[in-house]
Amino acid sequence: MSSADIYRELILDYYRNPRNFGKLEKFDIDARDTNPLCGDEIEMQIRVGEGQKIEEIKFVGKGCAISQASASMLTELAKGKQLEWVKQVGKEDVFKMLGNPDLGPSRVKCALLGMKVLKTGVYGYLGAHYEDSEGSEGPT
Amino acid sequence: MLKSEVFDIEKVRADFPILGRKVHGKRLVYLDSSNTSQKPKAVIDALVDYYSRHNSNVHRAVYELAEEATSAYEGARRKAATFVGASAKEVVFVRGTTEATNLVRFAWGEPNVKKGDLLVATLMEHHSNIVPWQLLAKSRGATLKFVALLPDGTLDMGSFEDLLKESPKLVAVTQCSNVLGTINEVAKITAKAHAAGAAVLVDGAQAAPHMPVDIRTFSPDFYAFSGHKMLGPTGIGALVARKELLEEMEPFHGGGEMIREVFLDHSTWNDVPHKFEAGTVNIADAIGLGAAIDYLGALGMEKVREHEVRLLEYALQTLAEVEGFHQYGPLDSKKRAGVISFNYADVHPHDLATILDEEGIAIRSGHHCAQPLMRWLNVTATSRASFHVYNSFDDIDVLKAGLKKAGGIFKV
Repeated sequence: MSSADIYRELILDYYRNPRNFGKLEKFDIDARDTNPLCGDEIEMQIRVGEGQKIEEIKFVGKGCAISQASASMLTELAKGKQLEWVKQVGKEDVFKMLGNPDLGPSRVKCALLGMKVLKTGVYGYLGAHYEDSEGSEGPT
Repeated sequence: MLKSEVFDIEKVRADFPILGRKVHGKRLVYLDSSNTSQKPKAVIDALVDYYSRHNSNVHRAVYELAEEATSAYEGARRKAATFVGASAKEVVFVRGTTEATNLVRFAWGEPNVKKGDLLVATLMEHHSNIVPWQLLAKSRGATLKFVALLPDGTLDMGSFEDLLKESPKLVAVTQCSNVLGTINEVAKITAKAHAAGAAVLVDGAQAAPHMPVDIRTFSPDFYAFSGHKMLGPTGIGALVARKELLEEMEPFHGGGEMIREVFLDHSTWNDVPHKFEAGTVNIADAIGLGAAIDYLGALGMEKVREHEVRLLEYALQTLAEVEGFHQYGPLDSKKRAGVISFNYADVHPHDLATILDEEGIAIRSGHHCAQPLMRWLNVTATSRASFHVYNSFDDIDVLKAGLKKAGGIFKV
């Protein structure tokens, strides 16, 4: 797969016009992480509604097209779901959401940063600890 | 601008086996020498020869192999010393510049820096010339302050002189920025710092590989460089310091080789520089560094510098023709090494690097271990193309075509 396939219309659109971009006035979950390789940075905020539902979710961040598009698309996917759903989400879901681009090991971290932030925040809220094991090719 | 060759680039390129390989089916265009340089066959051969014919430990045994290994290792030290205008006793082999700054932090800094002292670095330093001083400041209760930069990416000498009025204990400055390419006036800086009573550490990691360096012309207390950025192997570099200073300093690592006599309650130290080389040293890579110095010496460092100036001038002019290209750093090639950090429209450097990789082009993208400088530039990351002896004008043309391709994909 060529880079023209990685940077399809969809990813460029979410990079330039990120959905759910911004901060919430009232939130129950606030998580942030960075990818030292790219300097990518993602912060997500969630307001939890009745029945442990993701009532509102927003993110802010800086970084490459893959990291920002991935985080934005993930917020759309997560909105309205139960918090428990976040525990079920895996890297395959993120890759599918992005259109299964052929990413090298270092760029996989960009794609998964949003998921890592989402999981870290939600696990913490549920009193659990999220151990990141995805895309960990060692220190950068 | 001279688009002419200082030396036969094709002949030089033929000395670097890696340049013969393809990446994604394309010719490798290696533009990441500030990160690490490629190695000529002479360096690779020196490593193979050492392990094939002379491998044994140095300074310990008396048989033939050990004599050969010791002689080759100490020969490499003399080459490293001559390369920067020092004497062999002033050269401590270390893993690289990072180990050199950390050695100074522990062996000189801990005993000499007191509570309330001031340490000075600059905003353009690599993390390896910031973090050790933060750690030292924290452990000794000292303060660390930074020399500001002017908009063109050169040091603000007014800010530097203001800091000197506070009588700093140490001034840590790079000879050449790994991001902006800025060549600092280290002779002026060292003279002013010494007059204010400060010791001076000059980070030569980006200068020694690319231009003639004679430390006698600026007399730093400490000078550091890395072998892998100057065509040598990874894991070897040098800390150069005045002999008397090395003699006064405490050891860094304790162990074998660095001692003279060991008793149960105390020990005495070996002569410098061996006092700072505990344990079995990196013999093969030191010898490899010696071979790299021979290679650079045969080309001539004046010519290496002139070659890179011509590439830099050509690249700055050629790449500026690409709409959306924005470079950082001084435009005067006399003040700058062969390093171009840039951004291209709203394409993130990592996305750009991915697209260029497909064309066989290797550039660095990210914060370049200089996050404070990235903040000063008000960017999270930049792309960086950097040159060495094996780069050609054609490499720059390929980079330009790669930028245009990225522009097409990103609909810039």
